[in-house]
Amino acid sequence: MNPILEMRAITKEFPGVKALDGVTFDLYEGEFHSLVGENGAGKSTLMKTLSGVYPYGTYGGDIVIDGEIRQFKTIRDSEHAGVAIIFQELSLVKELTVGENIFLGREPSKFGIINWSELYQKAAKLLQDLNLPIDPRTPVGNLGIGQQQLVEIAKALSQSAKILVLDEPTAALTESEVETLFEILRKLKSRGVGMIYISHKLDEVFEMSDRITVLRDGKTVGTQNAGDLTKDKVIALMVGREVGDIFPKTSHEFGDTALEVRNLNAFDLDNPDKKLVDNVSFSVKKGEVLGISGLMGAGRSELLMSIFGAWQGKSTGEVLVEGKQVSINSPSEAIKNGIGFVTEDRKRFGLLLEQPIRDNMTLAGLKKISGAFVTHLSKETVAARGAMQSLKVKANSPLTVAGTLSGGNQQKVVLGKWLLTNPKVLFLDEPTRGIDVGAKQEIYSEINKLAKEGLAIVMVSSELPEVLGLSDRVLVLHEGKLTGEFSKNEATPEKVMAAATGNH
Amino acid sequence: MSEKVEKSGFKIETSALRSYTMLGALILIWLFFHWQTGGTFLSSGNLSNLMLQTSVTGILAVGMLMLIIAGQIDLSVGSVLALAGGVAAIALTNWGYGLPIAIILAIAVGVFIGLIHGTLNAYGKIPAFIVTLGGLLAWRGAIKGVSRSETVSVADPTFKMFGQGNLTIGSGWFLAGIAILALLFLAYQRAKSQKEYGLGEADYKAELLKSILPILGIIGFTFAMNSSNGIPLPVLIFAIVAIFGAFITNSTTFGRYLYAIGGNTDAARLSGIDTKLNILKVYMLLGVLTGIAAIVFTARQGSATPDAGTLKELEAIAACVIGGASLMGGRGTVFGACLGALIMASLDNGMSLLNIRDFVQEIVKGTILVAAVGVDMIGRKS
Repeated sequence: MNPILEMRAITKEFPGVKALDGVTFDLYEGEFHSLVGENGAGKSTLMKTLSGVYPYGTYGGDIVIDGEIRQFKTIRDSEHAGVAIIFQELSLVKELTVGENIFLGREPSKFGIINWSELYQKAAKLLQDLNLPIDPRTPVGNLGIGQQQLVEIAKALSQSAKILVLDEPTAALTESEVETLFEILRKLKSRGVGMIYISHKLDEVFEMSDRITVLRDGKTVGTQNAGDLTKDKVIALMVGREVGDIFPKTSHEFGDTALEVRNLNAFDLDNPDKKLVDNVSFSVKKGEVLGISGLMGAGRSELLMSIFGAWQGKSTGEVLVEGKQVSINSPSEAIKNGIGFVTEDRKRFGLLLEQPIRDNMTLAGLKKISGAFVTHLSKETVAARGAMQSLKVKANSPLTVAGTLSGGNQQKVVLGKWLLTNPKVLFLDEPTRGIDVGAKQEIYSEINKLAKEGLAIVMVSSELPEVLGLSDRVLVLHEGKLTGEFSKNEATPEKVMAAATGNH
Repeated sequence: MSEKVEKSGFKIETSALRSYTMLGALILIWLFFHWQTGGTFLSSGNLSNLMLQTSVTGILAVGMLMLIIAGQIDLSVGSVLALAGGVAAIALTNWGYGLPIAIILAIAVGVFIGLIHGTLNAYGKIPAFIVTLGGLLAWRGAIKGVSRSETVSVADPTFKMFGQGNLTIGSGWFLAGIAILALLFLAYQRAKSQKEYGLGEADYKAELLKSILPILGIIGFTFAMNSSNGIPLPVLIFAIVAIFGAFITNSTTFGRYLYAIGGNTDAARLSGIDTKLNILKVYMLLGVLTGIAAIVFTARQGSATPDAGTLKELEAIAACVIGGASLMGGRGTVFGACLGALIMASLDNGMSLLNIRDFVQEIVKGTILVAAVGVDMIGRKS
C-alpha cells in the first residue's frame, strides 16, 4: 500500500534560523500518526508547509499526495487536495451559526443567493454522522470549547478531507470532552481518514497512535510503530541533546524565603469550569533561581499572572512576601509588594513600541523614578541610561524608539523596566524567546548576577536546557498541576520531560 | 522611522518634525489666502477674527487630544457644549444666579457627563464610540428639554466678556513679556539640568536657539492682536488651556500613562497602571474643558441656543487628526492639535472671505482632512 501523504526532505528557513532541516514524514490511509517534540521543534512549521500557509517555493523538498507532487499556493489549494488542519486556536466565526461556519465560503447557492434549507440539512446530516447532538442553527459562540472543536472537525469532513491534522486539539478540553473527541477520531480512522496528531500529552499519543514521529530542532529523530516505543524512549528522543555550556556555572547563596504561594488555583476565562492552575504551592528564597518547566498550556504563565494580580479570569490562593501575607488584586499592588514581572511576548505585553527606551524603562516605576505628579525627564534619562549601561543595551541614546531595537535589546529594555522598580522577587516568562544566542548569554549572566545580589527569581521557560542550566531548583507543571520538583543535581532532561508529559 | 535626527547639535524629534511640516502647510495656506484676498487675510483685524474662530474648537481639541492619545474618542462634545452653555445661560437669565455659580454649573455639567461616559466606557466596557454616540443624541435632547427648544439670551456684561472682551494693549504686552521670560527660564532650566544630571555639558546656546521661533511667534501674535482691538479674551483662555494641556501630556505621570494606555493597553496594565481609572479621569478632564468652551461659546454668541455646537465634536477630532494624532491611540501632541484647529479655522475664514460657496467649503475641508492623514501614512511607510 502506498502512503496517501509523503513529505520528502522538507526544509524551511527563517532569517537566521533553520526551522526545518530535511524532515521526512509519511501517512497511510486510516492511520493515526502522532508528531511529538519539544516546543519549537518544528511541528507546527511542518504542518504549515503542508497546509499552504507557507506556500510552495518558500520551503525546500516535496509534498506528495496520492503520488503527485503538490504545489500549494494557499490554504484553499491544500483543502482541495483533501488536507484539513485544525489549529490550536479555533478558526470559527463565533457570531455565525454552526451550519454557516461549516459551509463558510462554500455555501450552497444559486446566483449568489444562499439556499438555507439545503445548507442546514447538509449540516445536520454531517453532525448526525458524527453523533453530535448539536443544532446547526446554534451560534458557535454559544457552544463550549469542546463542542466547537467538534464543529471544526465536521467542517473538515464536509470538505471530504482525507488527511486531518490536529494541532494540540485537547489543550483546552476537559477529560470527558477529550473522550468524545477520541471516539469520533476512531470512527474517522475506520472510514480511512489519515490523521496527523500533534500533542504534548504522551498518554493520549500512546492511546491513539499507530506510529509516532519525533522531531527535534527541526529534524526527524525517528519514526516508529507505537507498539515498539515506550514513553521513556519517546522522551529520550525528544530531549536527546547536549546541554551546552553557555550557562555560567555559579552557585547561589540563599537567604530567607522571599515569596511563598499556597494553594493557588486559576480558572479559564472562557471555560470557567476548567482549572488552568490546579492547587499549586511553592516558595522561593532570596538569591535562588527557581525554574518552572512544562509544556505549552501547562498553566505556567497563568500561575505567574495570578500571583501578580494580572490574571483576568478567576483565581484563588494565598501569597506571602517575606513571610507576610499580602493581598494582590492588581499589578500595582504586586509592584508595591516588591514583585516584578518580565512578561512573555514583549511586543504584546511588554513594550510601548512607539515610545523611546526611556519612557519604556521608567513606566512601571514612574512615580518613584520621576515624580508623583510632575515628571522630571532628566531624572528619567539618568535612570534609563544607568539601566542601559548595566544591561548592555545597544542603542544610541535613551531616546531611541523601542520598536527600532533588535529582539535582544527589546528584551533588555523590558528587563530594565522591572529592575528599575527595585523588586525583591522577579518573574521571568520566556525571557529569551526569539532572541539570538549572544543576547541570550547576556541575559543568562544578568540573571545570575541578580540572584547573587539577593533577588529571588522565578523563571518560566519552554527551553529545557535553559531551565536546567540556570535554575537552582526546577518545578514542573502538567495540566495545571505540580508534577515534579527537582534540585539542580537531581534535574535531568528525562526526568523533567517525564513530569511535563504527566508520566511520573 | 522616528529616530532622532541629529544635526550639528540641533536635535529634532520626528514628532516635532511633523509639527514643522504642519506649520509649513499653515503658512502656505495663509500666504495663498493672503494673495487671493488681496491682502485682507493677514490684516490684523482678520487675524484677530481668525484666532477668535479657532479658540472654541481649539479648547475642545486639547481635551479631545488627551482622550485620543488614550485610544478613546468622544463624539458628544458638541451636544455637551450646548447643554453646559445652556445651563449656564438659564442659571444667569432665568434662575437669577450670579456669574460664579453659572460658570461652576457649566463646568460641573461637563465633568458629570465625563464621569458617566468614562464609567460606561472604562468600567462598563462599552466602546467609546457607542457611549458617546449615545451621548451625542441624548445630551442634545437634554438641552432641548431644559431650554424648551428656545434661545436663552444672556444680559450679564461680565459673562459676555469671556466671549467678546479684549485685553488692553498694555496688559497684552505685559502677558507676552511674562510668556517670553517663562520660555527663557525653561530653556535655561533644561540646559542646566542637562549638566546637573551628568547628561553632558549645559548647552545654553542650543536651548536659546530653540526658543527663538516661539518667542518671535509670541511677539508677532501680540503685535497683530494689539494692532486690532487687543488680545481677545477667548484667545487668551485658549492659550491658557493649550499650555495646560501641553503640561499635562508632556510633564505629568498622568500624561505619560495616557500615551502608555493608548500605545499598548496590556503593557500599561501589566506595568501597574490603573488603565480604567486613568481613562475615567481623562473623560472628566475633557468635561472640564468642554464646560470652559461652552462658556466662551455662549458668551461670544450672547445667548444659548439648543443647536449650539453642532458638529463641533467632528471639528475637534479633525483638528487632532490633522495635527498628527492617531485614532488608534498612543500618538499625538497638544501643539499639533492646536495647529490642526488653526488650519481648519483658516480654511473656513479664508474661503468665506473669498465668497466660496458653502458646499465647496465643506468638500475642501473634508478632502484636506483625508489628504493630511494620507500624506502622513505615506510618510510613515518610507
